[in-house]
Parts: sequence; structure tokens; C-alpha cells
Amino acid sequence: MYELVEKSEVFNVHEMVIDAPEIAHSIEAGQFVIVMGSENSERIPLTVSDWNTDTGTITLYVLETGMSTLELARMKVGDSLYAVTGPLGSPSEIRDYGTVVLGGGCYGIGAIYPIAKACREAGNKVISIIEARYSFMFYHEKELHAACDQVLYATSDGSKGKKGKVEDVITEMLEKGVKIDQAFFIGCTQMLERCSEATRPYNIPTKVALNSIMLDGTGMCGACRVSVGGETKFACVDGPEFDGHKVDWKELDQRKSAYTEQETVVYQSYSHGGEVPKVGSA
Amino acid sequence: MELTAKERMAIERHGMAEQPPDLRNRNFEEVPYGYTPEEAVAEAQRCLSCKKMPCVSGCPVEVPIPEFIALVAEKKFAEAARVIKTKNVLPAVCGRVCPQETQCEGVCVRGKKDIKEAVAVGNLERFVADYERENNLAEVPEIKNKNGLKVAVIGSGPSGLTVAGDLIKLGYEVTIYEAFHRGGGVLVYGIPEFRLPKKIVESEISALEDLGVKIYYNSVIGRLHKVDDLFNVLGFNAVYIGVGAGLPIFLNIPGNNFNGVFSANEYLTRSNLMKSYLFPQYRTPMIIGKKVAVLGGGNVAMDSARTAIRLGAEKVTIVYRRAREQMPARAAEAHHAEEEKIEFRLLSSPVEIFGNDEGWVTGMKCQRYELGEPDESGRQRPVPIEDSFFEFDCDQVLVSIGGEANPLITKTTPDMKTNKWGYIETDDWGRTSKKLVYAGGDIVTGAATVISAMGAGRMAAKAIHEDLMKESDETVTPDWW
Repeated sequence: MYELVEKSEVFNVHEMVIDAPEIAHSIEAGQFVIVMGSENSERIPLTVSDWNTDTGTITLYVLETGMSTLELARMKVGDSLYAVTGPLGSPSEIRDYGTVVLGGGCYGIGAIYPIAKACREAGNKVISIIEARYSFMFYHEKELHAACDQVLYATSDGSKGKKGKVEDVITEMLEKGVKIDQAFFIGCTQMLERCSEATRPYNIPTKVALNSIMLDGTGMCGACRVSVGGETKFACVDGPEFDGHKVDWKELDQRKSAYTEQETVVYQSYSHGGEVPKVGSA
Repeated sequence: MELTAKERMAIERHGMAEQPPDLRNRNFEEVPYGYTPEEAVAEAQRCLSCKKMPCVSGCPVEVPIPEFIALVAEKKFAEAARVIKTKNVLPAVCGRVCPQETQCEGVCVRGKKDIKEAVAVGNLERFVADYERENNLAEVPEIKNKNGLKVAVIGSGPSGLTVAGDLIKLGYEVTIYEAFHRGGGVLVYGIPEFRLPKKIVESEISALEDLGVKIYYNSVIGRLHKVDDLFNVLGFNAVYIGVGAGLPIFLNIPGNNFNGVFSANEYLTRSNLMKSYLFPQYRTPMIIGKKVAVLGGGNVAMDSARTAIRLGAEKVTIVYRRAREQMPARAAEAHHAEEEKIEFRLLSSPVEIFGNDEGWVTGMKCQRYELGEPDESGRQRPVPIEDSFFEFDCDQVLVSIGGEANPLITKTTPDMKTNKWGYIETDDWGRTSKKLVYAGGDIVTGAATVISAMGAGRMAAKAIHEDLMKESDETVTPDWW
């Protein structure tokens, strides 16, 4: 079970197609899974970017950022993941909003795809905006184009689309008077915050998919708690999508970096091919 | 050789040899070593086999205690284990984690004057279960007459394992759905290795698998399959819900979300299930606090405090709103915690958690309490004392003040009744308001004990069997049931 049946990579984003027929049958747009590469692995949440009920597979885009994602990135086709649990989280709220804008960066480029598809099916005009540092870092574009009315690009070096970020494209659209009825953003915390700030002055309903640290993913541990509008919420069961205009970004960023020190030590050693060192031995 | 009552009375209670506190506070190995066979026999001889058998009625699952103890006295340890197992499928677990002082031992006639004089029922139960397991003496019952009926059990904690064990022996096809990647529920994610070695839970689960119970891991019911799908799509004839309580509560005070503030659930799950005490070989990291504050006075608070000491904390303080005598923790746990130099700040409750600009916890402010009039539970109500605030430094806070009902299943099963707190409503036999759906354990009662969850599982198994028999002529009840 959970065999890796296809794998490819674009820069540091790894596409992993995994055999998980039950999940493929029950998942909806916006939900995620918690995976463990091996028996000793951490449990990490990853958004499911695509699925196929015929082949019984799900597709994850894994951004290599630390120890656990590096271990996944090193798996080969034919290897099996130790655990894939899901679907978890509440599905995205999909209805006919009118015009929907989806913004994605890094793993979010893949993760916005099922929401785009579902929004289109619900009758919306769907515009996706994706960002990367350089044009060669984009992926999953053909599928995204097929699911959207329009796909816009932003790159840091200006090599494709607008020179800048997703929020620069949105701001330009809004300044031109484009009417946006609902926005969804998926990506790193900084991107989510910047995009939410861009839609705030125009009062555009904005959903952001938060990826705080999780353990069980069923609401049992509270590791993923975030402050939204002054209330504590659990990203794994109340989310992962929340109102981007109400999230306490500073707290989220601080909570996400709680284990940076431990992660850095093991990641550096492992990624340089060495043995994993003992740290903080009791 | 039969002993007289007087001779039995003259034998003093045998404690279990334990790792000394200054050794065990640096490792995760079990604290008591267990009885030798000689100690077990001598302890068993203390039992007066009294006619009233208050211990049996003191046990939530009515283990025939004097009967198994008499067998221990005759050195018939495997037979003793079999006697316990007629009522309790997890004796190695219960011998270790039951609050015996409020159950069997609490009503033992020998403990009337001093509870410390009661027959050590828990120790004996642990001994016979360990003896049976270590010597591979467990009998695998032959299951005849498979009845072709399928039962889904949601959750592999103490109640789910009990239901599965009972029903597989009655000829049902039993499938357990477990949300985590390992089975055992609270026995593996919650209770630490030094109190309940995980190999015991693994052995209980593999015994069930040997009987034919199927376990699907990584399966969150309510998300992967809804309860209705278990019937309509997957063809189960009955469903048992034993998913445990669920969501942790945090105090409604400022500073809850600073880094370093953990629910006890998270802290213990990291350490126990994910083995972060073996980081980095196991990849789940842990924050190692130097000065750790633990909020609460139950077993989970004790487990958290004692885990913190073992992970390398310099000082661990339990902050509890009531007095020492009112702590809900098992007596042995509170005693072990004290021996391990864990400080108790009683009659105190936090009003604020402090943190620095980087978002890390730095200390807390508490208010002192005194005991007032008794409340509904009969315990004296703690009343805050005005202007009695004090502050202390800490770099980690472990919140262990209970939980609330997990809504994943109840929200997706709208035709099943819950009470105002979100727990599932059942009759005395675990029947919910939804036909052929049963529930037991913490998701019905709120946080309680392993043994009460097992008791609920036993009752529900009977109800499932009774109800399915009515539905099907095929079902046959074996003689032993």
C-alpha cells in the first residue's frame, strides 16, 4: 500500500503519485493528507493536488524544505510510503461566486489545481495566478490552463509574466477595476499574508490554506492551533482554510519556526550524506 | 498446605522492587520490575478468600479476583491468567494502569484500616499476565462457526480492542479502523513507556490479529468513510465507535499560543507514539524545557511531568487548583512523581502565560486558591484568594486539564444523538440512537479510565451480539458466552 507509482521533479518541488485508492475515492478539493516516509519519520501534512479514481492514485507536490521532505524526495518509484492518512481537513467551500482568483506559490502551484477545477465546475470564472523566482520553476501548467479561464504568471526576474509576485498581479487587476468575488491562496506564510493584504483594501473575501505544524491531524493534539479573529482554531479540523484578513500572521510564523534549530542540525547532516548526529542527548 | 486466616493476616504486603528515582528519571524503562514468582505466591497467600468478595464488585469488569489469586497461591499462574481473561482481555495493561486504590484494593477487607494493607491485586494481575506472555502460555481459542456477519470497530484503544476480542471469538468478522499508524490508542500515544511498555500493547494486538481481527491503520472514519458508508458501501452489519475523547482544552487565559505551550496530548504523542525521546533517529523533534510547568492533577499531568524530567528538565512543577488529596491521579503515579522530585504547587491556578518577542514562553502568573464549600462532585470547591498572585519563570507549559468531544464522526453522522457537550448518547449497553451503531469509552463518558472503557466495550459486544442474533438466524452463541 502507498506505493510511489510516479515521480518527477521541477527544481526543488517533487511530484509524487501515490497508490491510495480509498483516499482517491473520498477526497475533495482543499483537503490534505498526513504522510510518513518511513517508520521513523515525522508526520507531515501535505495538500493533495490531484487524484484519479480510475487508477486509485493521489498526487502530492512536495517542496523540499527540511529533513522529512528530503526523505520523501529521495524515495524512488516502487518504494512505498510508511503511512498516508487522509483525507483530512474540511474541504474548500465551493459555490458559484462569480469570478474566483486563485493564487499559488511553490507547492501551492499544484495545490490550487483541484480548487480551480471545482470552482469552474460550479460555474465560476476562474483566474489563477502563479509565482516563482524563475520561469523554469513552474510545473503542472498544462493541467492548470485546462482548468482555468486564465492563468497569469509572476516571476522575480521577469522571465515570465509580470516581474514581481502574485499580489502585484492582483493589485494591478484591482486597480484596473477587475471584479473579483472570491480569492483563494496557497503557499508559504509570507505569500499568504502579502496576498491577503492586497485584497483587504478592496474587501474581497479571501481564503488562505494554512499549513501549521501538525501531528495527528484529527484535532487531538492542538499543535496546529492558529489565532483567527482573536479565536484559537485548529487548522487540521477547523481549517485548513481561514479568512486571510483575520489570521494572526506573526504568531503563525513564530509557531511554524518552533523546531527550526533541531531541523537545521539534522537536515544539514543528512543532506550532506552523513550519518544523522545525536543532538541534545539527555 | 492450607494457611489459617491468622497466618495469612501475619504476612505483610509485598511491594514491587522499583528502579530508584535518581536512576529512572534519566530513562524511559518501566519503573516497577514486577514480582518474582515467590513474591507473587506470598502476596497471594495474604488473600482471605472472604465470602463477600467486595473486590469483585469493586472491579468495573468484575474480574473473579479471589479465584485467580487462589490459583497464584497454588503456583498455577497460567490458569490464573485464563481466569482473569474471562472478564478482562488486557490484564497486563490493567495491572499497570487501573486505579486499584479506588476499585478492587479500595474495598479489600484487609485494607479497611489502611489502604496500604490491601491485597496487591494490581501487582498480582500484572504478574500473571506478564508470566503468561513471557512464557508464551496464552491459549489461542479455536473459533468455530464463523457466522458471516461483519462488524466495524472504530478506534483501537482499550474499548475497541475489547469489542474486537469478544466478537471475533463469537464468530464475527471484525475490522478495526485506526486513525494512527499504530494500534492501541491512548495506550500507545498517551501512556508513557515507563508506565506501560509498548511491547505489551503490541503483543495484545498481535494476539487479536492471530484470532483473525483485521486492522486498517491510517484510517480516519468520518473523513475516509462515513459511518453510513461502513454499512452501505463496505457491507458491515454493525459499527462500534470507540474513538476516545479528542480535542484538548486550553485555559482561557492570555499567552496560550506561545511556543513552548503544549497540550499534554501533543507532548505525550510526540514522546510516546513518535518516540521523539529518540530524536534524531526518530525524526519527530521535541522542545526540551529546562523549567517546565504542568497544569492539572490527573494521570496525564503526572505522565507529562515525569516525561519532562526524563527528557532532561531541571525543574518540573505541577500547578493544580485543588489540594493534594483531591488529585484525580492514581496514587502510585503521584507518589512516583514526588519521588522523582517533581514539585507540586497546590491550590494555585494560572491567570496568564508570559512570553518574549520571539513568541517563546518565559513564565506564568498564578493565583492562590483555598478550599471552600463542597461542589456537586462532593469535592471542596477551590475558591480564589484575592490579591494572592505570584509569578515564576518557566520555558515550557504542558496543559493537562482535560478535553472535549471530537466531532469528526458525530458531525458526519447527523442522525446519531449527542448530548450538549457533543458526547454520544447511549443506553446502558452502548446502543446509540442510530440502529446497529454502538459506542463506548471516552467518546460517551468524557475522559475516564482504561478499565471503564473496556467495561463499556464488553457491554457493547453483548448488545451487538444480541441485536444481530435477532436480525439473523445464522448466529449461534457458543456455550462459554
